[in-house]
Amino acid sequence: MSKLKENYKDSASQKFSDFMTGDLEIPDSPPARKKPDKQDKIVDADEFFSEFTISDDIQRRELYQAFRHRRFVKHASKLYSIMSAVIGLIIIVILLITVAYLPKFGNKSNPDNNIVSQRYIENGLEETGAVNIVSGMILDYRAFDTFGESNVLFIACCCVLILLRNDDDEPKPDEDVIDFKRDIILEKAAKFLVPVILVFGIYVVLNGHLSPGGGFSGGAIMGAGLILFANAYGFERMERLFSYGTFKKITFGALLFYGLAKSYSFFTGANHLHSIIPLGTPGAILSSGLILYLNICVGLVVACTMYGFFALFKRGRI
Amino acid sequence: MEFLRNMPFFCIILSMVSAVIISIMSDKAARVFSLIVIGAVGIMSSLTLIYVVSIGESYTYYMGHFPAPWGNEIRVGILEAMTATLFSIVMFASVLGGMKRVFIDVAPKKRNFYYIMVDLLLAALLAMIYTNDLFTGYVFIEIMTISACALIMIKDNGHCLVAAAKYMIMSLIGSGLILLGLSMLYDLTGHLLMSNIKEAIELNEASGLYQLPLTVTVGVLCVGIAIKSALFPFHSWLPDAYGYSTATSSALLSSLISKGYIFLLIKIMYRVIGMDVIRETRIGNVFFVFGVVGMIMGSVRAIAQTDVRQMIAYSSVAQIGYIYMGMGLGTELGMLAAIFHIFAHSSAKSMMFISADGLSYVSDDSKEFDDLGGSAIKNPIAGITFTVGACSMIGIPMLAGFIAKVCFADAAINASTIKLVIVMLALAFSTLLNAVYFMRAIISVYRPIKEEDQMKIYPRNPKFIVACLIFIGLNIYLGTNAQPILDLILEGIGMFA
Repeated sequence: MSKLKENYKDSASQKFSDFMTGDLEIPDSPPARKKPDKQDKIVDADEFFSEFTISDDIQRRELYQAFRHRRFVKHASKLYSIMSAVIGLIIIVILLITVAYLPKFGNKSNPDNNIVSQRYIENGLEETGAVNIVSGMILDYRAFDTFGESNVLFIACCCVLILLRNDDDEPKPDEDVIDFKRDIILEKAAKFLVPVILVFGIYVVLNGHLSPGGGFSGGAIMGAGLILFANAYGFERMERLFSYGTFKKITFGALLFYGLAKSYSFFTGANHLHSIIPLGTPGAILSSGLILYLNICVGLVVACTMYGFFALFKRGRI
Repeated sequence: MEFLRNMPFFCIILSMVSAVIISIMSDKAARVFSLIVIGAVGIMSSLTLIYVVSIGESYTYYMGHFPAPWGNEIRVGILEAMTATLFSIVMFASVLGGMKRVFIDVAPKKRNFYYIMVDLLLAALLAMIYTNDLFTGYVFIEIMTISACALIMIKDNGHCLVAAAKYMIMSLIGSGLILLGLSMLYDLTGHLLMSNIKEAIELNEASGLYQLPLTVTVGVLCVGIAIKSALFPFHSWLPDAYGYSTATSSALLSSLISKGYIFLLIKIMYRVIGMDVIRETRIGNVFFVFGVVGMIMGSVRAIAQTDVRQMIAYSSVAQIGYIYMGMGLGTELGMLAAIFHIFAHSSAKSMMFISADGLSYVSDDSKEFDDLGGSAIKNPIAGITFTVGACSMIGIPMLAGFIAKVCFADAAINASTIKLVIVMLALAFSTLLNAVYFMRAIISVYRPIKEEDQMKIYPRNPKFIVACLIFIGLNIYLGTNAQPILDLILEGIGMFA
């Protein structure tokens, strides 16, 4: 337990460290048990009403209702805990029995070994131009779902902004002084690591269609790099690189590009028109149609979301 | 004419891209822009409806270059197009009518986020209505859950945060169950496309394979969606979420979000599992029982409320019960009644939330019945709208709710005797209870005004009046012109199978 809490002296870890350093005073008598908070336990009517002086009828009625409510809550909470345990057990048993009846994992004749996965594996490279079949699946065959997923990230970030954003623009004086302590070890390590992490993230994003990885994983790596930088050097220096404006512009640009590019592709696909997007030679960096660009978009959105969550939870602003 | 095929795709992409564009807009531009988008979606959906009716059959539409089991696909039929049209009209009027309240309730820097959420909600609704692929459905369930949560919590006070937390927990349990069901279904069939799953299930049925897991899957999916749409025992998140959030959010939550999930459930019943298997699992009887209990319990709780918004919220529990009861009858007429009630309820309930907000606007922002006395006289258009909505919910002829109740009774006559008796008794009792609490509400808002209040003049809000007129028109249209709509719904259900 950290020493930030008021009662840190009572905590087990503090007592242990006191014991190790020999500071511990051994009490003569065992510590008095904490008395249960009386307020929550009263269900006896006389005791309850004796706490109040009742002046009129309305007050009496309200008090009576409060008393009944408290009694109800006490009984109901007991019943609820028993019921929830029973229901939880029943659901566990039902689901376990169900699992026993499901197709065996990895069996060759399972229903999920069918034409769908067959075509992904056999024709995936030829039809999408992506060496990484997973990228081909999520960004070409099922690109609509992935657009939905990137919108989930976008909307989640908006939600956190709604919840945690401080409305005052002026940063509070010495906010960074409280939050941020310069740490020479972290700074040196970050100086060394952040460029490597960012470059690796960019590599994973750009090679999403050629090797394992892609927008989601690469974006997460880049986001981690940004978070490390912010932790090492503080938000003030981070803002020179990445402010709320940058965040808005990047998210807007990436999602808009994704939306428009994919709308074009959907529209031509559905109407059986010729699409001008070339597939390129599989294996080259500039290949596989839109997948590379969509990976970049997804990666940017993921990186911004990761860093945005961190900044919002840490200080209420991006 | 052939070009109209593309309209559903344009609707979905337009609402998704517009949400992204709104993120860099000022709040005034965001308001106007999102209204334009919703209006455009409404127009395009009605064009789709005209097109589908004219070609007389449903069609599928590739989302990409690849045919169905490999790529994504949407499917357009009469029922889908109708639902999309009605939902966008209701959404347009709700956003328009509650715009001023959103302006008051939401902090200045968060206002354009509200419209991002509204647009993404519209996109999720449309995608869930049109999708032919279960996993696409799941992705958009997620978007819908998050945006609904944001719509509740964006009004920054304690009640809304607690309500949003409650909603989040319950809704995520629902999402988890749905995901569990989908993965089991994928394991059993090897497909995510609705029509392919149905084929595989029919094959499995014929060979007697995987009976038990399929039953559990159906159960898990149905419970998940029931939690998300607040069927009776899972309604604990509902009163707070509908009662405290800003008026537009309540209207959207009650009339669109829960209905979107129910629409997906109907689609799963018809197009994924198949009605034969559904009847074998007898899940319909479960829906029926909980629906009937919900009808009564929701109304009883509504009577006990002293807050107008909470009362409308509990009334929603009862109305959701009606819909599940219709689905539980297990006949095509029952489903017809349930779908018509989806339409009737979404047009009437959103109207009540918006007009109740108009009433509390002239009563110092109080929602208690004691303070609302005379508010309908101070704000006549809100009073009339509230009355029309309440009458529609009670089931006064010429309004949408009446047709829905007649349909339920009609469907019950064709079901088994025991269900007939239960439905008739429940309908009668529930209508009586509806009348009790709605009449009390109407009477209390039309109480004579106190003298010192008579001189106060409240500024007219033209947006609110337009929204009210749209709602009244929609309800009267559904109530007086029901036969062609019912025929179209029947035709749409035929296209599902």
